[in-house]
Amino acid sequence: MAHEVHIAGLAKTYGSQRVLGPLDLHLEAGTITVVIGRSGCGKSTLLRCLGGLEKPDAGSIRIGAGQLRREDIGYVFQEPRLMPWLTVSRNVAFGLRGHPARDDRVAEALAIVGLQQAASLLPKQLSGGMAQRAALARALAPKPELILLDEPFSALDPFSRESLQQHLLHLYRHYRTTMVLITHDMDEALTLGDRILVMQGPPGKIVADLSRHDTKARLREALEPGGRGPPGPQAGAERPQTPLRARAL
Amino acid sequence: MPRGHAALGVVVPLLALAVWQGVTLAGMVPPSMLPPPAEMVRTLAEMAGSGELAQAVGITAWRLAWGFVVGAAAGTVLGALCGASALARALLDPTVQALRSVPSLAWVPLFILWLGIFESSKTTLIAVGVFFPVYLNLMSGIAQVDRKLLEVGVVHGYSRLRRLIAIQLPAALPAYVVGLRSGLGLGWMFVSAAELLGASNGLGFVLDDGEQTGRPERVLVAILLFGLCGKTTDMALAAAGARLVRWQDNAMPVQGQRALQPA
Ligand SMILES: Nc1ncnc2c1ncn2[C@@H]1O[C@H](COP(=O)(O)OP(=O)(O)OP(=O)(O)O)[C@@H](O)[C@H]1O
Ligand SMILES: [Mg+2]
Repeated sequence: MAHEVHIAGLAKTYGSQRVLGPLDLHLEAGTITVVIGRSGCGKSTLLRCLGGLEKPDAGSIRIGAGQLRREDIGYVFQEPRLMPWLTVSRNVAFGLRGHPARDDRVAEALAIVGLQQAASLLPKQLSGGMAQRAALARALAPKPELILLDEPFSALDPFSRESLQQHLLHLYRHYRTTMVLITHDMDEALTLGDRILVMQGPPGKIVADLSRHDTKARLREALEPGGRGPPGPQAGAERPQTPLRARAL
Repeated sequence: MPRGHAALGVVVPLLALAVWQGVTLAGMVPPSMLPPPAEMVRTLAEMAGSGELAQAVGITAWRLAWGFVVGAAAGTVLGALCGASALARALLDPTVQALRSVPSLAWVPLFILWLGIFESSKTTLIAVGVFFPVYLNLMSGIAQVDRKLLEVGVVHGYSRLRRLIAIQLPAALPAYVVGLRSGLGLGWMFVSAAELLGASNGLGFVLDDGEQTGRPERVLVAILLFGLCGKTTDMALAAAGARLVRWQDNAMPVQGQRALQPA
């Protein structure tokens, strides 16, 4: 089962500085939405609000019909954040406590990210890319219904990056999980995204709403500072081009 | 540390021993002040033979063990509570910190008044010494756990209690081991103080007795034994602790972790 995501009037302020919004978005159930933007524009903040790690100052977020449990959301952080005292397989099992098929799920997730050989290693024995793959496996193992990914492939070499992108797409086609993925990488955005939201900021606002059928040139143009929709707080500039279903809430 | 360097640690003691022997042989110090090393060895053998040594060490170790267990248990419970709960910390920590600033030996007269001069006042004094480092290290270890790791618990739907058990406690383990080790060090200090201040047996009594009866060789033997026992128990605790925190990614292993590695 997949869940749609409604965001209305979402805003986040740190101290006196607004870093996000106000933002209105509707993400269709069973789609991959990619958020792309320059460093510091507010992408992680948006994802943290979606994942319930940050309390927004204003606005609302509704996921599905509202009965989604915490455990049904998978979150891949920008850093691996593995528990240094647990082996890789125990880290992957972190979200599976008391699960009847725990070992099978762990083995399955490790196979997806290609870490079967590393199952009994400690995090300090992993390379950066291996740690990132272990973190991805940890998020996938419970088979979440909504997956939030913050630059999950940034520390990987091009080969494992491509294979993991394909794995993610495979999972997506199989389960039709709703995904929100953050990236810096234009090729990755065009490979994975059903929909590509270009963010500029801070404060983070959506300045362009593209699809996988758009060209890289168009994406690049939207990413230019002031390329499409200036980053300033202009009303309407952040509004995506698709109709805002969130308005109907 | 490279293997060759480990041997360097014994150079200074051997030199000191040679100087000691030389000084006493040359008659530069009267034997009533500083007996020759051989005299010390003889005293040691004599005390070992008569069973006095085993008895003294056994009694002192027994007192230390009791004080350590009581103090470490109290430090663990209170440290975990104040580390995990901001409310408990706000309520209890100021009082504990205030008590900590009392020099621990200042409690002695009170403990003796309340508990008498026998075992319980000694155990209590040792426990007080052990308590503070255990409490402080565990509390700050738990309270200062990386927020980023805690968030992993949050996104997996862990309750506060589960986050405490699955994330904060393991993350605080290295600090806890440090606390136990310095608690043990203070425990040895306080057991010697307690026995010096009033005991009729134990290593501290040997110290006091040697002084009263003018036998420096007995004082020196007791000092040597205190040093040996302290070092041995610290190494044992460090080795046990190192097993628990092997996952740590340290540039330099804590002293004593070397004991774990195969020779
Ligand atoms: N805890 C915080 N306190 C204060 N300011 C913060 C905090 N976290 C983030 N910010 C600020 O919020 C802004 C957005 O941060 P965010 O982490 O969302 O950026 P990002 O788009 O994810 O960047 P990157 O691509 O480098 O990860 C930044 O300007 C940052 O300085
Ligand atoms: Mg970020």
